[in-house]
Amino acid sequence: MSIRTDLLSLAATGIALAVAAGAAPASAQESVKIGLILPMTGGQASTGKQIDNAVKLYMQQKGDTVAGRKIEIILKDDGAVPDNTKRIAQELIVNDKVNFIAGFGVTPAALAAAPLATQGKIPQIVMAAGTSIITERSPYIVRTSFTLAQSSTIIGDWAAKNGIKKVATLTSDYAPGNDALNFFKQNFTAGGGEIVEEVKVPLANPDFAPFLQRMKDAKPDAMFVFVPAGQGGNFMKQFAERGLDKSGIKVIGPGDVMDDDLLNNMGDAALGAVTAHLYSAAHPSAMNKEFVAAYKKAFNSRPGFMAVGGYDGIHLIYEALKKTGGKTDGDALIAAMKGMKWESPRGPISIDPETRDIVQNIYIRKVEKVDGELYNVEFATFEAVKDSGKTKK
Amino acid sequence: MSASNDVSTSAMASGRWRISEVVFWVLVLACPLLFPSRYLIMTDILRLALFALSLDLILGYAGIVSLGHAAFFGVGAYSAGLLALHGIINEPVIALVVAGFAAMVLGFFTSFLVIRGVDLTRLMVTLGIALLMEALGERFSNITGGTDGLQGIEMQPLLGMFAFDMFGKTGFWYCLIVLFLLFLLARRIVHSPFGLSLRAIRNNPLRAAAIGIPVNRRLIAVYTLSAFYAGIAGALFTQTTALASLDVFSFEKSADLMLVLVIGGTGYLYGGLIGAVVFKMLQEVFQTITPQYWLFWIGLVLVVIVLVGRARMHRWALWLPNLVIRRLAGRKAVVVVPESDAS
Repeated sequence: MSIRTDLLSLAATGIALAVAAGAAPASAQESVKIGLILPMTGGQASTGKQIDNAVKLYMQQKGDTVAGRKIEIILKDDGAVPDNTKRIAQELIVNDKVNFIAGFGVTPAALAAAPLATQGKIPQIVMAAGTSIITERSPYIVRTSFTLAQSSTIIGDWAAKNGIKKVATLTSDYAPGNDALNFFKQNFTAGGGEIVEEVKVPLANPDFAPFLQRMKDAKPDAMFVFVPAGQGGNFMKQFAERGLDKSGIKVIGPGDVMDDDLLNNMGDAALGAVTAHLYSAAHPSAMNKEFVAAYKKAFNSRPGFMAVGGYDGIHLIYEALKKTGGKTDGDALIAAMKGMKWESPRGPISIDPETRDIVQNIYIRKVEKVDGELYNVEFATFEAVKDSGKTKK
Repeated sequence: MSASNDVSTSAMASGRWRISEVVFWVLVLACPLLFPSRYLIMTDILRLALFALSLDLILGYAGIVSLGHAAFFGVGAYSAGLLALHGIINEPVIALVVAGFAAMVLGFFTSFLVIRGVDLTRLMVTLGIALLMEALGERFSNITGGTDGLQGIEMQPLLGMFAFDMFGKTGFWYCLIVLFLLFLLARRIVHSPFGLSLRAIRNNPLRAAAIGIPVNRRLIAVYTLSAFYAGIAGALFTQTTALASLDVFSFEKSADLMLVLVIGGTGYLYGGLIGAVVFKMLQEVFQTITPQYWLFWIGLVLVVIVLVGRARMHRWALWLPNLVIRRLAGRKAVVVVPESDAS
């Protein structure tokens, strides 16, 4: 029976060693700590990578000191699993004493952390997740990405006005997908359009083939597509494989499906897709050209809208700290962020002082070839679009 | 008659508490005092330990391999979540037991599928059951909340007295007490004649049947019990995090559990507990060092563990304690026995 004794004493040693390793030294530093919680592994990893890159780029450009205080980023991987997000956020707040939590690749992750932001009075900067309700879940949430309502209502109006009568929809079955669908439907049908087929695909299992067949059979003028950033490439591949690119069915939607990150590898099937979105790497401003060039140089890839969300998110943190003079009181920081306006690579943006959500231009873009590469080329602009998805009070 | 006496005497003798076991639990109790800021990760470890304990019951004692244990974990998690969300049972402790029973019911019915096959078929069947549960959860997203998970779960205070706090203190003690009670129960069961008959089945089902052990009935019983344990682990998860999403059914969850037992060893109950500690700490350390590529390092460590072999590692890890024992007590130090030699 000695095995039992052995393994138990082993366990004892193991526990002692393990916990010793786990107990982080709590040194009292003067630096401002930002807990960056992102999906760095798993299906949403491209989102995490882009934001992480953008934050690094910004700090390289602007330095890591603001208002006399050093900025320290603590990057954590949550794999886009909400219970991980919650535990990580809690540990960051309690153990690492972070002054901001930021990132949040998907809506459930952002929602899971919301109660902690409220309890800890810690500003939560949402850099990716795009469901309207997020900012309503805590008075400490500020968003620098986008909401699905912003782009979906506009593409809905645009489609109705531009000769598209019948639309089939394909959306990922989770909160942002449902937002995109509902807002598109609302504006498109109000403009006289008709939805002929509605398909929701599971988020975790992006095999679009059977759904695409149903789309093809429905013979719509256009197909409204929302899949989260990172799945667009896979979608367009299957779209072309099923021959839908030759059937005359146009792809329209919020810009997530035509993420700049993946766009160039989608092939010519993507040509002509019209989407409404907040950012295109081809946005013709001096600031954006500089941003894209710096990003490409540093990471050897094209920045997408997730990268811009991260870039603006860290900018917002820097500016808020400047305004408070380096003070990290949660309420003061949130107050400083409200109403803030600045020029981003995506164009002029501001933080709505009432909802703490982002106000930005939405561009209608068409996929075209520029210098041999595929780009979303902007051809119409809707200025200072607010989120229309907030609960009416 | 004397034969039956011998069995119970021997069972009782092997079931006596050892000093090292007491030391183990004292150490566990010391953890919250030593690391008061790490309640959350410790709670995580406790939940995983209970979950691993449930797999150890069927794998280590009855020899049933399973790659779908997350099915029961998930049923427990969603039961507890739905009970709290709709205010059906507000008292967490009662809800915990009910959720455990819900998983138990599923365990009972699926056990008939599991006992029909041998190892490979069992792997497939259990995996299939977990995938089925996940697909069902996805399909009935109006009940389960689909990928978004159950939103807005608010847990009532434990026994009406202890509210779940942000630092996870209540959650930790709650999990620890539940784990300890269920551990005691499991310990009692595996040292009973029932437990001994399970080991006989594991070693040779044919011979066990020949000496009059009702093999299938025993397997059904232990599988159902194991499902109950997994359901409790799932319910603890939901109650301490106020979350339940489809990830609770995921294949990774079942696979991680196997890894925990690979690290900790099976068939002596502490394997799951030790494995859970080591596994979570490895994860934590690597995630801190490299948030992007930690999966690589975990994989590497697991390969090394399997290559080096547990027995050898035990010897290395025991070198220091042995030295102390030898110096202080002058006693002969404990020796490492390969796991296959253990009863």
